[in-house]
Amino acid sequence: MLELKSISLTLADEKNEVQILKDIDLKLEAKKTYVMTGPNGGGKSSIAKTIMGIYQPTAGQILLNGEDITSKSISERARLGIGYAFQQPPRYKGLTVTELLSIAAGANDLKQQCDILFDVGLCAQDYLEREINASFSGGELKRIEIASLLARNLKVAVFDEPEAGIDLWSFQKLTETFERVHEKHDTTLVIISHQERILRLADQVIVVSDGQISELTTAEEFLSEIERIDLNCRCRDDCIKGEMANAECN
Amino acid sequence: MLSAIDKRLLQEVADLHTIPQGAYNIRKNGQGLSRQTTANIDIVTKIDKPGIDVIVKPGTKGESVHIPVILSDSISDLVYNTFEIGAEADVLVVAGCGIHNTGSSKAQHDGVHEFFVRKNAKMKYVEKHYGEGDGSGARVLNPKTVIEVEEGATVELEMVQIRGVDQTVRDTEVRLHKNARLIVTERLLTNLDQRAESNITVELVGEDATAQIISRSVAQDNSKQIFHLNLRGYAKCRGHIQCDSIIMQNAQVSAIPEIAAFHSDAELVHEAAIGKIASEQLMKLMTLGLTEKEAEETILQGFLK
Repeated sequence: MLELKSISLTLADEKNEVQILKDIDLKLEAKKTYVMTGPNGGGKSSIAKTIMGIYQPTAGQILLNGEDITSKSISERARLGIGYAFQQPPRYKGLTVTELLSIAAGANDLKQQCDILFDVGLCAQDYLEREINASFSGGELKRIEIASLLARNLKVAVFDEPEAGIDLWSFQKLTETFERVHEKHDTTLVIISHQERILRLADQVIVVSDGQISELTTAEEFLSEIERIDLNCRCRDDCIKGEMANAECN
Repeated sequence: MLSAIDKRLLQEVADLHTIPQGAYNIRKNGQGLSRQTTANIDIVTKIDKPGIDVIVKPGTKGESVHIPVILSDSISDLVYNTFEIGAEADVLVVAGCGIHNTGSSKAQHDGVHEFFVRKNAKMKYVEKHYGEGDGSGARVLNPKTVIEVEEGATVELEMVQIRGVDQTVRDTEVRLHKNARLIVTERLLTNLDQRAESNITVELVGEDATAQIISRSVAQDNSKQIFHLNLRGYAKCRGHIQCDSIIMQNAQVSAIPEIAAFHSDAELVHEAAIGKIASEQLMKLMTLGLTEKEAEETILQGFLK
């Protein structure tokens, strides 16, 4: 089980400090699929990056099967079985698909790599020896990113908008792959998504807005209630009247 | 007789674990050490200046010639080597220089290589430079390579300097005739206070000549690199320069690509980029379990592969 206890996150740029996450409590159980959704800028990716160790929380604790991993580095968390598929994966001049998958799996297993690429809708013969460089489209890059997590035996796998850039034909294969991971492994799956077909995979839907978890519900309930959930700006009228600067909104 | 140091240097610069098959000429500390010729490849000592003539008979296929140079003393060595690659031949030429300097004086090798690649011949030329030794004396390598590529011929140059060379000025001049083809792959890594300058000029003088220059470098610590890559099109031709550098710590890199067209059907392109390793690239590999240092090494090895 992965547990987030009272997690807060503040990020600073040259001018401002912005509180991104506010006192988040969350328990994610093994062998369950969670879909995290909510408006853009609400804090979904920040939660994912905090789980991976890319962001260090300013307050709170993260426990993996009871072990406090809050101060552990990205690499240490990866070796404990946490994985994160980036929303916008990087490109590499010189690093091939087979090399990336070998790093991910900790071994160079050609059959496994072929199977995984098939699962994400890519032909191994065409892709294994290709450099992950600018010649890759956004969709191809995204599939390689997903494959790099599927190559690992993870306790917690976090996918950040995996469907972005994936065509309709491969989308079906992708949802089947998530279902298979759910059925065969004890992995805790966390998928950040806005897609109904992904939402329907969820044992639990986590709605994140304004740096907080605003709702924990089932996919059915969420989809039936979505029109009633008010995530709109709450101070629009004040802004229009000039009584509140936009920056103070929320 | 090859010492353990000699063998290591040969392995670094020419991938030689033992005396090579086929033609070879090994030069050590300014003197010829051993030589072998074949029925199709002759090697002759120059009379008027230090160096050799390598003559590959027309039509020779699948043969190689290794001409490594090793320096284990603090000396300055200068050679002039001339290569005649006969028409329709297809050969591999492996050069390279390794310096082991444990002294306080400079060890320097300057090599001037002149190639005539005749009609429809194919040549792959691999040149690796390597330095080692804990002495305070500088390790200096200054190669000059001049290549005339005749009609229909193909030349592939692979020029590599990965570690241990304190100063280098690499001059490469290539002239391409009708339907001639050139691929240059340059890989360079400098660290500490090393200095490297690479000047590549390619003249496309014949119709439908093509040239592709890919230069990748990594500059670490306080090292400095300068690249002048110059494509000049005098006929209907195509040429492409791609110059990428990763810069780290306090290093400095200048990339100065130049393309010049003297014919309206010349198509010449240059791209140059200098930047550090992106944090996202490091982070991605760290999320797969590598440490930051391992991630950095993986990225650099791939980049310079």
